[in-house]
Amino acid sequence: MRNEADIHAVLADPIRRRVLEDLARNPGLTASDLGEPFEISKPALSRHLKILEESGLVEREIDRQFRRFRLSARAETLDWLADLRMQALAPLSHLDQLEAESIHTMREVVAEMSNPVMMYSIGKDSSVMLHLALKAFYPSKLPFPLLHIDTTWKFREMIAFRDQVAERYDLDLRIFTSPDGKAEGINPFDHGAHYTDVMKTAALKQALDHYGFDVAFGGARRDEEKSRAKERVLSFRSKGHVWNPKGQRPEIWNVFNTRVNKNETIRAFPLSNWTELDIWQYIVRENIPIVPLYFAARRPVVERDGALIMVDDERLPLEAGETPEQRWVRFRTLGCYPLTGAIESQADTLEGIVREMQVARTSERQGRLIDQDQSASMEKKKLEGYF
Amino acid sequence: MSQRQPAAAASDAPLFVDAPNGLLRFITCGSVDDGKSTLIGRLLYDSKLLLDDQVSALELASKRFGTTGEGNLDFALLVDGLQAEVEQGITIDVAYRFFATDKRKFIVADTPGHEQYTRNMVTGASTADLAVLLVDARQGVVTQTRRHAYIAALLGVRTVVMAVNKMDLVDYDEDVFRQIRADFAGLASLLNLAQTHAIPVSALKGDNISSQAPTMPWYTGPSLLEFLETAPQTQSDFTRQPFRFPVQWVNRPHLDFRGYSGCVASGQIAVGDAILALPSAKSSTVKRIVSFDGDMQRARAGQAVTLVLDDELDISRGDLLCAPKDRAEVSDQFMATLVWMDEKPLLPGRSYLMKLATKTLPTTVSSIKHAININSFEKTAAKTLTLNEIAEVNLSLETEIAFDAYEENHQTGGFILIDRMTNATVAAGMLSFALRRAQNLHRQALNISKPQRAEQKGQKPRVLWFTGLSGSGKSTVANLVEQKLFAEGHHCMILDGDNVRHGLNRDLGFTDADRVENIRRIAEVAKLMVEAGLIVLVSFISPFRSERRMARDLMEEGEFVEVFVDTPLEVCEQRDVKGLYAKARAGEIKNFTGIDSPYEAPQDAELHLKSAEASADALADKVLAYLAAQT
Repeated sequence: MRNEADIHAVLADPIRRRVLEDLARNPGLTASDLGEPFEISKPALSRHLKILEESGLVEREIDRQFRRFRLSARAETLDWLADLRMQALAPLSHLDQLEAESIHTMREVVAEMSNPVMMYSIGKDSSVMLHLALKAFYPSKLPFPLLHIDTTWKFREMIAFRDQVAERYDLDLRIFTSPDGKAEGINPFDHGAHYTDVMKTAALKQALDHYGFDVAFGGARRDEEKSRAKERVLSFRSKGHVWNPKGQRPEIWNVFNTRVNKNETIRAFPLSNWTELDIWQYIVRENIPIVPLYFAARRPVVERDGALIMVDDERLPLEAGETPEQRWVRFRTLGCYPLTGAIESQADTLEGIVREMQVARTSERQGRLIDQDQSASMEKKKLEGYF
Repeated sequence: MSQRQPAAAASDAPLFVDAPNGLLRFITCGSVDDGKSTLIGRLLYDSKLLLDDQVSALELASKRFGTTGEGNLDFALLVDGLQAEVEQGITIDVAYRFFATDKRKFIVADTPGHEQYTRNMVTGASTADLAVLLVDARQGVVTQTRRHAYIAALLGVRTVVMAVNKMDLVDYDEDVFRQIRADFAGLASLLNLAQTHAIPVSALKGDNISSQAPTMPWYTGPSLLEFLETAPQTQSDFTRQPFRFPVQWVNRPHLDFRGYSGCVASGQIAVGDAILALPSAKSSTVKRIVSFDGDMQRARAGQAVTLVLDDELDISRGDLLCAPKDRAEVSDQFMATLVWMDEKPLLPGRSYLMKLATKTLPTTVSSIKHAININSFEKTAAKTLTLNEIAEVNLSLETEIAFDAYEENHQTGGFILIDRMTNATVAAGMLSFALRRAQNLHRQALNISKPQRAEQKGQKPRVLWFTGLSGSGKSTVANLVEQKLFAEGHHCMILDGDNVRHGLNRDLGFTDADRVENIRRIAEVAKLMVEAGLIVLVSFISPFRSERRMARDLMEEGEFVEVFVDTPLEVCEQRDVKGLYAKARAGEIKNFTGIDSPYEAPQDAELHLKSAEASADALADKVLAYLAAQT
């Protein structure tokens, strides 16, 4: 039996380390099994095995004509071997699992559909979805374009960020604005719910039809609200992009049925099982770029119906008695600036945001004025074809 | 509203806590009024994941729709999703919920208890590590409990925990709990559930949900949440299984890079490891494990990676890479368990699409072995399957695929069936084992039947089996019969003993065993030809009655015509066309029929031809007359 210093010499050799690793994973391998990964002669491998045996790390047994090797009790005490075995059996972290699941969904859809597109709304969920797509198809480029439905009322910083990202990753970015809405000058102040119908819901449907996309990836999550909790990862839309919640296909294991009928299209939601906190933790872990509006800064806002609305440009009509004031605010969710409420916050770093998330007392959609019209407003919008 | 949540975590908590026990997926199942939604709502509430605006919305909704009385939060309203369901007061589809503790993240599939929704529970259970089976303490184990336990066992859910709910309504009586736990243990052993546990709870009051309840001091086990925090994941079992990697997407950015993208379904893989691609059985070794974050040395079950191999193999989507020493099986015939999920019933013989891992290909259910009554677990005969029925079936594919038994590997043994017309997902299936091809001889005859082939040829397919001593004139008569039938426009084929012994049966000698095998083979060939619609003339000594019987039994009634060419041994020996009798008599040939090996004359042949009394041509006409009389 060798002493500690000798053990280090034994372990210094990469071949011997690999042999130990393989035995840690698969006890009972034979010499020829162990030699497979290496281009070395049989006698050379035998010498390594002899050294490992003499050091008391490996034991052999004779099983009929085979010599089989396994780790000795002494090897079990080596931390790195124990770590290796633990690592092999320990669960993947929840972020790793969510990541792999999303990648699986994206690859499956791309492999089976002919004309996919990824909806890109510039928000944090879109940023995570884009990051996952880059991972899913690496080293290939994204095998689909990105589609942004531009209502013309997005925050200016969102548009700047969108264009930067497209350039950095050399993306095929398609930008679509409702031609009718543009012509008629539809805006969120004068037209209310009609604005959302024309500039978002109808525009999305027009864009999908225009390009003939048969599947669109969306960043929706099931934790966002109730109707999404029951929607499948693959959501089939009949002609007119209508969702039928009672006619959903069962999704069993991770085996997706992507076959579409005539005039049917798919909305695919690879982030279905992510929560808002998961998204933020993943942004921190992966260092994913996001729009600066998510970070707190002094911004000009007015308080309207209990929400803080940022005066992003001169188009925001001020009501009687409203004066923009500079406040420390940030956004938990991004959309059209006149419809998106800010929260007061000092969190100007990712770390600050996650800390705030961990003690958050309201859900993110509270900041979205369009969702609060009625209790099942989101379900209604989904039925009509909005995501 | 007296209940408020405890204060949230202080802001000096660690920034990024990756829950040490990873992610656990579980399903909750129980009968309509067992309180599933209330339980999930309670778990969300107790794990402090409810936010102020959600609690306010819940308070409002409890007042409007609540069924738990004035001043109580109706947690079920948190979970019952679609507006129609809230109004009907029932949960009708699978809903997914999320919560977390500092130990673990959870994804809950809430599956309904109605009889007609087996489909939803199968969907929820398919990805679950664990099932929480709710029973009402006042009702105990009921029919629906048995059904839920059965489905959990069928889908291979690793751990099943029974939550005996509404203990507050039975005065927290330990005996009530013990009785239900004993019933559950009986059920668990019947279904071979490996990991089980029972916990007495009250979801409404929060007893034994997140901490031990003072109301039940006699229960010393973990609370439900504690149990969920430490229950093992299915994933860790899969890491111990042999390496499996269904190829999902061939990653080919440019000519110099060819990678195979996919998720490791089970086991582990390291650079330098040998792999085998199935079903082609081509082998190579792993050159690189590529990821966006840089190359990896090893990957394990659950990870999404791209593998680059040392050799340029023709591998495509749907192929399965596996460990060569512990490879998956390859077959095109299977025994499987099916759960039917469509309004339209299963039709054996109809072509469906099977999707197994990343492979999609046509399949038919060749037969339903038996359906399974999920309330009594009894096997019953079935000709078809309707919505929510479960059966064991034989499946037949057009080409071979690689697979593992579902109980060994969910990802390489679990499949769906897709209707080729409606594109609906019509069934979930679990492969049990491969069937040997021989048990399915008729599988190619599914589309065009023997009568159709016969009709095309305008004749009744038959075997004319000429038997008799060597030199009796079998071949002479058979040849004449063939010529005459051919002239009449029939499609015939002669199988002659000598000729077949030069080819198909050249490995056989003249021992009794070989003679039997000789006849068995020729009978099988004749049968195939009859299937093809031919009139087959077999001209073989075929000395043993039992083998002629066997040949007769292979054919359908009326197809086998035994023609005994009866020529006395002396006459044969006198003719001795091939000089064989002389050699046999001289001892140069052993086991010669009639000399030192017996000939068992037929006793009930359809035709008895005495060659010594008539010409070969006259005998042939006799055969034709017989055939004409039979059709």
